[in-house]
Amino acid sequence: MQRTRLFKSSIFRFTLIYTAVFGLSVALPFGLVYETTVSSIDRETNAAIVSELRALGDEYERLGLESLVEILNERSLDPTDRDAIYLLVDDAFRPLAGNILEWPKEPIPDPAWLRFDMQIVEGGQSTTHRIRSQVLHLSGGSYLLVGRDMQQRRRVQSSVRGALGWALALALGIGIPGGIFVSRWVLRRVERMAETSLEINQGDMRRRMPVGEAGDEFDRLASSLNAMLDRIEQLMTGMRAVTDSVAHDLRAPLTHVKGRIELTLRGPRDAEAYRSALTDALAETDRILDVFNALVAVAQAESGVTRDQMAVVDVGDLARDVVDLYEPLAEDRGLALVLSAADGAWARAHRQLLAQALSNLIDNAIKYTPEGGRIAVAVRRADGQVEIEVGDSGPGIPEGERERALERFARIGHPATPGYGLGLSLVAAVARLHDAKLAVGASDPGRKVSPGLKVSMVLPGAAEPMRAADP
Amino acid sequence: MRILVIEDDAETAAYLKKGLKESGYTVDWSKDGRDGLFMATSEKYDLLVIDRMLPGADGLSIVKLLREEGIKTPVLVLSALGQVDDRVRGLKAGADDYLAKPYAFSELSARIEALLRRGSGQAAADTKLRVADLELDLLARAASRAGKAIDLKPREFRLLEYMMRHAGQVVTRTMLLEGVWDYHFDPQTNVIDVHMSRLRQKIDKGFASPLLQTVRGAGYSLRAAD
Ligand SMILES: Nc1ncnc2c1ncn2[C@@H]1O[C@H](COP(=O)(O)OP(=O)(O)OP(=O)(O)O)[C@@H](O)[C@H]1O
Ligand SMILES: [Mg+2]
Repeated sequence: MQRTRLFKSSIFRFTLIYTAVFGLSVALPFGLVYETTVSSIDRETNAAIVSELRALGDEYERLGLESLVEILNERSLDPTDRDAIYLLVDDAFRPLAGNILEWPKEPIPDPAWLRFDMQIVEGGQSTTHRIRSQVLHLSGGSYLLVGRDMQQRRRVQSSVRGALGWALALALGIGIPGGIFVSRWVLRRVERMAETSLEINQGDMRRRMPVGEAGDEFDRLASSLNAMLDRIEQLMTGMRAVTDSVAHDLRAPLTHVKGRIELTLRGPRDAEAYRSALTDALAETDRILDVFNALVAVAQAESGVTRDQMAVVDVGDLARDVVDLYEPLAEDRGLALVLSAADGAWARAHRQLLAQALSNLIDNAIKYTPEGGRIAVAVRRADGQVEIEVGDSGPGIPEGERERALERFARIGHPATPGYGLGLSLVAAVARLHDAKLAVGASDPGRKVSPGLKVSMVLPGAAEPMRAADP
Repeated sequence: MRILVIEDDAETAAYLKKGLKESGYTVDWSKDGRDGLFMATSEKYDLLVIDRMLPGADGLSIVKLLREEGIKTPVLVLSALGQVDDRVRGLKAGADDYLAKPYAFSELSARIEALLRRGSGQAAADTKLRVADLELDLLARAASRAGKAIDLKPREFRLLEYMMRHAGQVVTRTMLLEGVWDYHFDPQTNVIDVHMSRLRQKIDKGFASPLLQTVRGAGYSLRAAD
């Protein structure tokens, strides 16, 4: 990583945050321990001083100065309590008894807590000790001082402080490399994704994000990015297919029209010939437009529709409308067109496109089923799904050809029947748009002669929408 | 009747002007959105035909501006974007009708006629529609001709209602699909023709003067024989 990028980089920031959190989590408990230890030492010392002073004061009141001097001398010699400090002075601050030599220079404060420093010689070494003491003005005019050497507290204090320092140093020592390591590890995956997307940007649409085994957030991100890339690639392929087929299938008829017009213009100036050529050209352009419109509808179903253009519709009603539109035509052709629609078959759908897909299916059934046949349209509800099915009693499509029938411009047999081979490709595109399962089969697979075609589309159901208030 | 055409393509505009003049309209043409907007606000037109894709402007934004100005002149939007959702957007912006390019001139002129006659003739609030001796009672959902009751299926009723509301005009198959079925796609087979011949059977059979006529290359028209 370059220097200039260091401070901007996420690694730096992550490490900083990581170390700060780590350090704090060490420092806070230490601070707490320090505080409680020191203050409890203080509390105990103070209590000891106060109670001893009070006891000695009582002793004086009861037995007099002599006795107090005796007690003090005795205590000063007691080896078990080396921290205790005593001094009894007369009203002119001349020492009478105790284990320090002179009255401290500090004035006596009120309340009578007196802190002072004192040189203490221990093992030939003189050190300054801090003393905490309390003073009692005795009734005879003399002063009694009882105190404790706070050196012990200091030692505790400084050892806790030292430990804290070490701990912090350790925290930083682990935290900084740890932070760098963790953020490196995290960010390397991000970097890898960035590199991959750069490669994709540069034109390698085949590349995909690396997906690890862990199934963590990064893996999920990578796989959803991959799904998105798949979708984009699929759309692009679809677009390319449309462009290819438009180029292929419109170029031929356009060339045809053009040739026809050129030929006519080169021929004799005959109004009748002109008229017939124009009529032909018009018919041909109409056909071209039909193909074009069908292709646009397919392209729209494949890529042009966003979720918000869909609404929850009653598929039964939708089918009823389409059947209603085709019913007279079927009857004219000597076909029975029957509908059985379940109530409340709600699904989220693009009403126009779904109706168009269904109308293509019924159109096929009418077109390819011989007179006297029967076409059954059904809308069913099962397991939270909605199934639309169109079955006929016609020749059907041979099993091996059913897949291909869904492709653009695929026509299977029936050369005498007009058609572009685009109807089913719209059905397939609309099914995909609705996340529907599309199945092409036979109405009556047992029959050899006219097994019939059965196309079923199973789309995810939806909850019945709230009825809008009356306008 | 005065029509303003806002269309940047000169050839298309010339074709529109010629066709509309032959149909008896006075036609003004504006090449860009700004001038068009100015003309539409400063002069009185009976109809505006606005191309969706104008240089530097979306035709729909012009429609929106006009509607914001309180100008209620009917607007027909022409567009190369023929997808259903573009259409919905067009109508939302305040257009009265939306026609995708390429279109047949007969389709355009039928729609223009329908827009111009809207509001005149049979009022939307009328409960009875009448053409010659044909009568449609919208409340009772009953039809009769020369006093004789005609039995109609619900869809036939709506089809006849649409034809009667557009009596005397040419109505195209697409207009019927849109107006009666609310479908904005063309079914592959001409299903409308079968419906119309059914309807004709019911209202014209046994009567000397047929009311429902086929207009070649365009559609249908319901009118009293002259
Ligand atoms: N109900 C059916 N019975 C038998 N064959 C069918 C049926 N539906 C479709 N096919 C076959 O599948 C082919 C593709 O159908 P599709 O609807 O895509 O195109 P088309 O009907 O030929 O033309 P278009 O629908 O574009 O006018 C048809 O050519 C036909 O051979
Ligand atoms: Mg078909």
